[in-house]
Amino acid sequence: MDLQAQIIQYLAAGLTLGSIYAMVGLGFTIIYNATGIINLAQGEFVMFGGLIMVFLTTTLGLPMFASFFITLALTTGIGMLYERLFIRHPSKKAPLMTLLIITVAVSIFFRGIAMFIWGKDPYSLPHFSSPKPILIGGAAILPQVLWILGLSLLAVILMNLFFNRTITGKAMSACAVNRMAASLVGIDPFRMVMLSFALSATLGALAGASITPIALMEYDRGPMLALKGFCAAVLGGLGYGSGAVVAGFLLGLVESFTTGFISSALKEATALIILILVLFIKPSGIFGSEEVGKIKKI
Amino acid sequence: MGKSNYLKLLVAAALVAVIPLIVSGDYHLSILVFVGINCMVVVGLSLLMGYAGQISLGHAAFFGIGAYSTGILTTHFGFSIYAAFGCGLLFSALVAVIIGIPALRLKGHYLAIATLGIGEIIYILFNEMVELTGGPSGLSNIPAFHIGGYPFGHSLQYYYLVWGVLMVILWFSLNLIHSRVGRALRAMHGSEVAANAMGINLSFYKIQIFVLSALYASVAGSIYAHFVSFIAPNNFALMNSIMFLVMGVVGGIHNIWGAVLGAVLMTFLPEYLRVFKEFDILMYGAILLAILLFMPEGFLEGIPMMWRKYVKRGEA
Repeated sequence: MDLQAQIIQYLAAGLTLGSIYAMVGLGFTIIYNATGIINLAQGEFVMFGGLIMVFLTTTLGLPMFASFFITLALTTGIGMLYERLFIRHPSKKAPLMTLLIITVAVSIFFRGIAMFIWGKDPYSLPHFSSPKPILIGGAAILPQVLWILGLSLLAVILMNLFFNRTITGKAMSACAVNRMAASLVGIDPFRMVMLSFALSATLGALAGASITPIALMEYDRGPMLALKGFCAAVLGGLGYGSGAVVAGFLLGLVESFTTGFISSALKEATALIILILVLFIKPSGIFGSEEVGKIKKI
Repeated sequence: MGKSNYLKLLVAAALVAVIPLIVSGDYHLSILVFVGINCMVVVGLSLLMGYAGQISLGHAAFFGIGAYSTGILTTHFGFSIYAAFGCGLLFSALVAVIIGIPALRLKGHYLAIATLGIGEIIYILFNEMVELTGGPSGLSNIPAFHIGGYPFGHSLQYYYLVWGVLMVILWFSLNLIHSRVGRALRAMHGSEVAANAMGINLSFYKIQIFVLSALYASVAGSIYAHFVSFIAPNNFALMNSIMFLVMGVVGGIHNIWGAVLGAVLMTFLPEYLRVFKEFDILMYGAILLAILLFMPEGFLEGIPMMWRKYVKRGEA
């Protein structure tokens, strides 16, 4: 394979990884903005997205299109239930530290449930369309990669429209800026918090359902994804949605090119080394301004 | 430290001395050794979280630095155990200072993120530096601990070693929080601005406490390596760092005794969940959630609170 084809190949791999990190990072940001909580169970949404999709298509034999939307709906439901059962009541009095540990507990609990239902084996899923690679400039690219990129871009655009163009989205942003003031103008902060968990779960499910055909999915995939997504969220300036998306894509690209040109052993470390460097050089994140990027509280 | 804490420490020491007479069998004693080891780490975390108001998501890395330092230096380079212990402490302190100085100068919880990153990087190093660490398959044949050429062969000896060291750590920590440093830390926890105005050098104290908690973790790691004689990177991953935090929160992070209680409870829990075989992770998650939901302040404050509620209900 010549250099150009290699570069295209790594570019495609990097963008695929990156779009998953971007989805998870954006999910982190949405919940963080609404509550100040860093939701360490974010990766489990992705896991549920993948495994529920497997259950619907392979076990129940539903058509791809229908099961994709059912997966999104079910995972969103899980996200809302999670908020209602485990976050709403404690968030009224417990310190944020405890809430952070609650999200850890939820993540362990979710993994337990997934293992109870699906066991420890990784599952595969048929591709959304033909599994035959398309040749672009000498590189072989799976149509699924295009699906992943397309769906995540669509999700980012929809999120952007939602937060900037709809009343509910603006109400959520208002809640993030000042909860007290938002409730004074008639916004129910609890509804907004639940909505933030719902949106985050939808994003996770979207990522999970779309990568499973090429990356497989098993019950304990969550923590690693959460770690990478968290890196993306911090690099983008925690609390700054588009920053998280761009940082997610950058991380994916950097990882893919280090694997390709330097060493695969370094792959996992690159994201973290970048994270540490950015923290020490520009703590507000690559894209965060001083004001938005200020880490409010944990 | 106050009179009541001396009393508690004495009671704890007495309990530690008596327990081996009641508990028999290597299995239970070895769990108690692990409890003691976890206690050391969690006491350090409790100082950091409960008193300095900072979170570390990478304490398993310091635990690992202690373990791998003594492990590598004694097996590959023929260091004596004490010299290796010292080197472990030195390395941990060095890493803690390197992350602590930039992260703790900033306001907010940058330490949590920085420790998360460094913790994972160190975990990857344990995996990749195969010639020194043995890589993912681990480092084995770490010699047993010995005092004056008399090697430890029994869990009972380790039990006394670990809990003896822990008692010293507890004594030191309790003294520390009732000293000038402790008062400064509590003032800081109350209000950083006010503390600063009183002339307390915030980042200096935070770095001190962070290094101290790293040293505790390193001691625990070194003893752990000699006790189990085999270490692998998986013992020092992010999940382990989080487990230490969980122990602290379950016990109650605002109190050193809470840290001890949390470590005891959360080390025993997985052992008893073994009966559920593959579903232990589900049970563990569910129990942890239940504890956190019903006692968000931790056991140490939560139980008396529940008791008071119960008594009140009885009267009404």
